[in-house]
Amino acid sequence: MTVGQVRVQDLSYIYPDGQRALGGVSFQVGAGESVGVVGSNGAGKSTLLMHLNGVLLAPPGTVSVSGIALTRQTLAQVRQRAGLVMQDADDQLFMPTVLDDVAFGPRQQGLIEAEVLQRATDAMTTVATGHLAQRATHALSGGEKRRVALAGVLAMQPEVLVLDEPSAGLDPRARRQLIELLSGLKLTRILASHDLDLVLDVCTRVLVLREGELVADGPAQDILCDEDLMARCHLELPLSRPRRSPTG
Amino acid sequence: MSAVPNAWRDFATLGTATARTGLAARLDARALVLGTFAFILTVVSFDRYAVAGLLPLLAFPLLMAALADIDLRWVLRKVLLAAPFALMVGLFNPWFDQRVMLELAGVPITGGWVSLLAIVLRVVLTVAAAVVLVASVGLPQLCVALERLGLPRALATQLLLLQRYAVVLGGEAARMRLAHALRAGPKGRLTLSVYASLVGHLLLRATGRGQRIHQAMLARGFNGRLPTAPALPWRWVDSVFLLGCVAAFLLMRLAEPVPWLGQTLLKGMM
Amino acid sequence: MHMADALLSPTVGLGMWVASGVALGWSSRRVQRDERSHLVALMGVLGAFVFAAMMINFTIPGTGSSGHLGGGLLLAILLGPPAALIVMASVLAVQALLFADGGILALGANLFNLGVCTCLLAYPLIYRPLLARLGPHPSDRQLTAVIILTAVLGLQLGALGVVLQTWASGISSLPLRTFLWLMLPIHLAIGLMEGVATAALVLFIRRARSDLLPDLSPANEKAAGVAASFPKGVVVFLSAGALITAGALSWFASQNPDGLEWSIKRASGLPELAAGTSRPHELARHIQAQTAAFPDYAPLAAQAPAPESAQLATPGWPAVDGGTSTAGIVGSVVTLSLVSLLGWGLHWRRQRRRQP
Repeated sequence: MTVGQVRVQDLSYIYPDGQRALGGVSFQVGAGESVGVVGSNGAGKSTLLMHLNGVLLAPPGTVSVSGIALTRQTLAQVRQRAGLVMQDADDQLFMPTVLDDVAFGPRQQGLIEAEVLQRATDAMTTVATGHLAQRATHALSGGEKRRVALAGVLAMQPEVLVLDEPSAGLDPRARRQLIELLSGLKLTRILASHDLDLVLDVCTRVLVLREGELVADGPAQDILCDEDLMARCHLELPLSRPRRSPTG
Repeated sequence: MSAVPNAWRDFATLGTATARTGLAARLDARALVLGTFAFILTVVSFDRYAVAGLLPLLAFPLLMAALADIDLRWVLRKVLLAAPFALMVGLFNPWFDQRVMLELAGVPITGGWVSLLAIVLRVVLTVAAAVVLVASVGLPQLCVALERLGLPRALATQLLLLQRYAVVLGGEAARMRLAHALRAGPKGRLTLSVYASLVGHLLLRATGRGQRIHQAMLARGFNGRLPTAPALPWRWVDSVFLLGCVAAFLLMRLAEPVPWLGQTLLKGMM
Repeated sequence: MHMADALLSPTVGLGMWVASGVALGWSSRRVQRDERSHLVALMGVLGAFVFAAMMINFTIPGTGSSGHLGGGLLLAILLGPPAALIVMASVLAVQALLFADGGILALGANLFNLGVCTCLLAYPLIYRPLLARLGPHPSDRQLTAVIILTAVLGLQLGALGVVLQTWASGISSLPLRTFLWLMLPIHLAIGLMEGVATAALVLFIRRARSDLLPDLSPANEKAAGVAASFPKGVVVFLSAGALITAGALSWFASQNPDGLEWSIKRASGLPELAAGTSRPHELARHIQAQTAAFPDYAPLAAQAPAPESAQLATPGWPAVDGGTSTAGIVGSVVTLSLVSLLGWGLHWRRQRRRQP
């Protein structure tokens, strides 16, 4: 069963001005896995994420989601299966009320109204924003906006969830709620983040990007606590790393 | 996330460029503005059938581009993209103007086609001149030059702020459009109500940003005018340049260099 | 909808610059005296907003084609006429300069057609009076109707401007009536689209932040007052003046040799064309032949020879255009080749310098 699987082969991308963003990145994510993508600014995290649901299409590299190879013809199918939560929630909440926005995806999918409402309500319950259904989207707090944006994507029932800097701009409580939320989801999760502690909490596996190249791919505990590796990639150790025993 | 098309990228670089290269950087921007304006006036002062007279004028944008170290291919691209309206209107000329004006190798050519060719030339000349002017001066310096030439202060400030924030808001708009496309399914068209909400949000964010900008301005003592870098004073090179341009334009307009050239050559060959 | 330099004559172009310049000068002074201190920042971002919003298209129901917001009317509703005109001027200027959409000379005409007609004419003369009649809380439907009507009329006025300016310039051979029949219906549709989009946006804003709409929140009497104290007489005078000036000047130019040639003729003292073969005479003859070939305004099929003027022996139509003689064609080909060589040379030189 390839549902929820993501396979990336030889992904390269060069900006129009000649700068290289990604070079030969390959990896595979199994169904239900929770993978973090880390790297300094400019390392290529966002560019990589943009390839996962066809915002960028870059042959000769290939991307396949749930067994479907990503091409111009299969864009719609892939986007249904890989939902993207963008970095700036304001960009994503364009409908007047919360319910309208969460219901947007299912409605566009052509489902009957009863089904649409069911999905929207379920999604809002998952992210604990049920009480905000009739609120205006521009009048929400940062954390609420982030959760509503997530609900909007979950309502489409994707098989893979892609998140770009999910904890940016959130206060500690909102952040903790998001971590619990993400940890509790069953679908495949791929998230790019500077928040190494969030990655440590939510992800079992980490990919490290440095200047467009994949330099490490392994268990989160090992990679994020590797001081040398982190330093080489212009990163730091997470604050909440498990302390090594003095004899280890 | 960037879904920004080419024109916007040009806008971001040109609209905020302050470094000027080439010989043109030694000239006061006002001289370049006035020279370009004189050029455009010269081009449009020809009558509708003037094709030969316009040809030597092609040298001006070429030289100005070289003077400012601008890629001619880029200018050509801009020219090709521009002025669809003029060409669309011009395409009617052969239809309405059927009076034969001359014969080329036995083929009668009507006034309509001649005037269409003239319009094409006019488009190339005027657009190239404008594009080269902006590329050689950069929008910020251009605003300063225009203000010194009499542009009202409110408009100069407005132009500077517009260029500063157009890229930011353009980015927001592009990302919102992308966010919509990602959830809107294969057809992905914006219906009016969704459009109103999407663009409405963009507007609200803009006004919110405007308030923050205003507070930032007050915090640093804004007094109604955006200060800009000190500009060059007008020097004799600028006068020489401008007078030279005007003299050349008058010569091209009033003398007839092209038939004269042809006649000389023909005479020389006989 | 944007006027281009290529279709303008100097008199019409400059005439419209003068008209728009006056409007701009008046607007700037009003804006500089405006007491709303946040206005400068607001104008800046709204200009950027209009720009950004042009990237987003909506589908027109039933047709499948798409449209986008122009912005003039929305700006007038949000900012009042003078500030709105300044913002429109900045948007049009950037479009002309950086996107080559509309020309430098045509900027005056474009500002008049798209800025003055909407912000200084349609808005104060149609929108505000109708709204005043409807009271401080018009229903959604009423507000939509008023906005659509204003947009349609404003754009019709602008389209009329484009037609008159093109016709008066004489570069295009389109007869006036044909052009009108082409432009006005198209811009009726465009006006409807603009009205619908603007109305949808205004309704959204009214629900979300009604304080942003000075006309529709009676609490903001002061702000509304700034927009209201707009002297209608000036507007009518301005537009009438611009149209009359452009028209009169162009008509004058068509019947008489214009000032420059006339004074050159006067200065050179040539009473009549002598069929001399010496170069100065030939040059003078060419000058007069060339410059006497002015565009005429009757449809070309029915054209009479250009009127003889007392000062010049004007040759009949078609005038000897130096460019259509053999010498002219040879000269043209050679000139074009020379210019192309120049272009290639400069380009090659630049590429060479850039190669390390």
